[in-house]
Amino acid sequence: MAELLFDGPDWDFDTLRRTTEAIETIAREDLGLDVYPNQIEIISTEQMLDAYSATGMPLMYRHWSFGKQFIHHERLYSKGAQGLAYEIVINSDPCICYCLEENTMPMQALVIAHAAFGHNHFFKSNHLFRQWTDARGILDYLDYARNFLSECEERHGPAKVEHTLDAAHALMNASVFRHRRPAQPSLRAEAERAEKRIEEDERAAHYLWSRIEAEHRPQDHETSATQRRHALGLPEENLIYFLERHSPVLEPWQRQVLRIVRNLAQYFYPQRQTQVMNEGCACFVHFHILNKLHEQGRIGDGAMLEILHSHSSVLFQPRYDHPGYSGLNPYALGFAMMRDVQRICEAPEAEDREWFPAIAGCGDWRGVLKDAWANYRDESFIQQFLSPKVMRDLRLFALRDAESEEAMKVTAIHDAGGYHALRDTLARSYDLSNRSPDIEVVDADLAGDRVLRLRHVLRNEVPLDPREREATLACLRELWGYEVEIDEMLG
Amino acid sequence: MTHFIDRRLNPKGRSTPNRRRFIGRIKAHVREAVDASVRKRGITDMEAGTDVSVPRDSLSEPSFRHAAKGGTREGVLPGNREYRAGDEIERPPAGGGGAGRKGAPDGEGEDDFVFALSRDEFLDIFFEDLELPDLVKRALTGSAVQRPRRAGLSVTGSPANLNVGRTMRRAMGRRIALRRPSDAMLDDLRERLFALEAVFEPDAAQRAEILRLQAEIEALTAHRKRVPYLDPLDLRYSHFEPQPEPRAQAVMFCLMDVSASMGAREKDLAKRFFVLLHLFLTRRYDTVDLVFIRHTHLASEVDEETFFHSRESGGTMVSTALAEMNRVQSERYPASEWNIYAAQASDGDNYQGDSRDCQIWLESELLKICQHFAYVEIIGEAEARILRDAARGTELWMAYREVAERWPNFAMRRVSGAGDIYPVFRDLFAKRGEVAHG
Repeated sequence: MAELLFDGPDWDFDTLRRTTEAIETIAREDLGLDVYPNQIEIISTEQMLDAYSATGMPLMYRHWSFGKQFIHHERLYSKGAQGLAYEIVINSDPCICYCLEENTMPMQALVIAHAAFGHNHFFKSNHLFRQWTDARGILDYLDYARNFLSECEERHGPAKVEHTLDAAHALMNASVFRHRRPAQPSLRAEAERAEKRIEEDERAAHYLWSRIEAEHRPQDHETSATQRRHALGLPEENLIYFLERHSPVLEPWQRQVLRIVRNLAQYFYPQRQTQVMNEGCACFVHFHILNKLHEQGRIGDGAMLEILHSHSSVLFQPRYDHPGYSGLNPYALGFAMMRDVQRICEAPEAEDREWFPAIAGCGDWRGVLKDAWANYRDESFIQQFLSPKVMRDLRLFALRDAESEEAMKVTAIHDAGGYHALRDTLARSYDLSNRSPDIEVVDADLAGDRVLRLRHVLRNEVPLDPREREATLACLRELWGYEVEIDEMLG
Repeated sequence: MTHFIDRRLNPKGRSTPNRRRFIGRIKAHVREAVDASVRKRGITDMEAGTDVSVPRDSLSEPSFRHAAKGGTREGVLPGNREYRAGDEIERPPAGGGGAGRKGAPDGEGEDDFVFALSRDEFLDIFFEDLELPDLVKRALTGSAVQRPRRAGLSVTGSPANLNVGRTMRRAMGRRIALRRPSDAMLDDLRERLFALEAVFEPDAAQRAEILRLQAEIEALTAHRKRVPYLDPLDLRYSHFEPQPEPRAQAVMFCLMDVSASMGAREKDLAKRFFVLLHLFLTRRYDTVDLVFIRHTHLASEVDEETFFHSRESGGTMVSTALAEMNRVQSERYPASEWNIYAAQASDGDNYQGDSRDCQIWLESELLKICQHFAYVEIIGEAEARILRDAARGTELWMAYREVAERWPNFAMRRVSGAGDIYPVFRDLFAKRGEVAHG
């Protein structure tokens, strides 16, 4: 019998270190995880609230909306309406992981296995994070962003900076590159670039004007519309990117502010696409590692019970008619699917062989899961790996709510006739292009009326929230300087 | 591979700048809430935070997002019990749909965003109107003054606090107790050894003596090493303990004309005037008693509620209030035990000839015992433009002006807005030390 790693609820740094080493051994040798070096920081509740309010990042530029967040969470917490997260983990290299000081030792073990190894591995291996985020540079970039913005506040006044940030934040979600990535310097090169921008203060404006002059020649009139759009790189899905490059009214520093907001939006974009997988991966990893430690006799029964208690309350999936229901729990769905992949690899049944011929009975669930963690996102992962058993266990059913119909309709349930439809529907509902509106810039005639034209492609005829739309358009006008119109088109 | 960092002791309040920006953004609402609670609260109660409620609209962070209704939505829900494919379900009466329920994020409803203003933020905004100089603001918001006081000795401390006398005394005591060989003893032995070693051919006795001396010197040196001249055990540091500065007690008399000519606006200004003096006094004194005296043609002592909110009719005789103050003071607040402050607010009306009496009351009785007597005459904005010259005014004003010239502890001012109040107290804040203890 091996020696217990810890005993009782109290922790100290020696115990933490010893436990982390034991967890790391299993993570590397048994699961074969590949992680960034960890930096585990113990913080107090107040600091956790601080971290909450700056989107979890250890550094952030200053803005009133973060203050609002903080006050909101502080009030909820002090009224007891909301507990605090046990941890926050940041996609950076080294991987920063905040653990709350109030956690008991079993909780710390759970949190470290979950965040410092589960999430960490996912950040390092998933293709979306690898391609779109720069884990090594993000903290430097945030540091740069904060300094740049506070310099701007000194130079141009806090009100002006706040105004620009407000407008940019409104467009944040509609400002990511979903498919292509324009050639851009690394995040680190940005500081130098910013200085250059400021130097080119006036020149940028002249450049715009000279282009307009050229296009004003009468003989160009015929082809001008297409050419003009081509020159502006339209259509453009990334609103801020377009404004940053082509807005006739922005000053160079404002373009730089837009660029910062846009880069942050892009940095967070993979997280929005991989909620289920990210949480599923972390839960799977902590569950596997802690069970292993328990088997080896290095975690006592009492501690294991506490761990399982937290584990199952995090994974609780209320039924659709439960008062606490707020959608599918990404932890529950991801964990259930990954455990099922393990089962299919090890002990498949006839149904599994039919559904998953490639992996059923292969035995190498570690390889299959690692491949999934690396190469999929929520939508494709569900499309590929959601098994009939998971649908039955969660008792999933698909519901259609169409404006044109009298009542809502159940379109598929967890039965032989419904598995495929159910899986398709669920996968689609995790497709971000279905979740957030599809809006792009289609035209802007800088030589003419200067109206910026957007197009909203309606999917399934779902309209925009009218009040929000007007308020956001007002922000757009602010940044564009002239009229902005939005058309709706059925997709 | 893994680093642990203990961040718990890092400086707190990382969000403070963001919070300040947030409050700046909703300044109008915060100011409203502060004004409302200045009106609602008692004078003594001014130093707590307050809850501010802000309509959500002014805090919205818009973005393009889907409306809650319209179009075709399809979603997957867990926990099916009785449904089969093709079943139809009535729409729930409100909201709902495939998107699931959307609760108010904080359980307080979507209408208002409520948050608590801390005491400092509250006072900040309260002071903003009053146009106080920064130094005064700091004096008012700061907590009780503490001074380090000698409080014996301690075995730990910073080198700067080392108590050399005590330390050396203990070192000497220890050296004596442990019989540390003195320098003189060693020197003496060494000299004798030297002398013997200088002998050309020592005899047996001398050789034995040399060996004995050498052994003795060695033993003594070792002993000296074991018992050092100064040991960490001897160190004593002077110990200081922060002690609050002794403060005395004060009584503050609030005098106000409550005849019909004093409307809500006048009373509101008067209240701010009283609050400021009270805040100042609570900084200086441990206990501050409040006495409210209102007057028409008769004066009486009342409680705060009545003072600010009930109306009286009748003429106006200011001297009655001064007489009442004198009575209360001599009965309950002997000048030998209490620091006495008074603040008087009026609209300047007085019964013909009574102003002379006021002057007599002030000069013969009250100003002799008062630390400070502040008078404000509350006038309308229109009047303020006409009455720019301090040398002209009502009979009461003229009489008080004469008093002000003779008595440095008497201050007066015409006030038409909150910003005019502070200068009445300028002397008070400028010459704090003298006035408060004088």
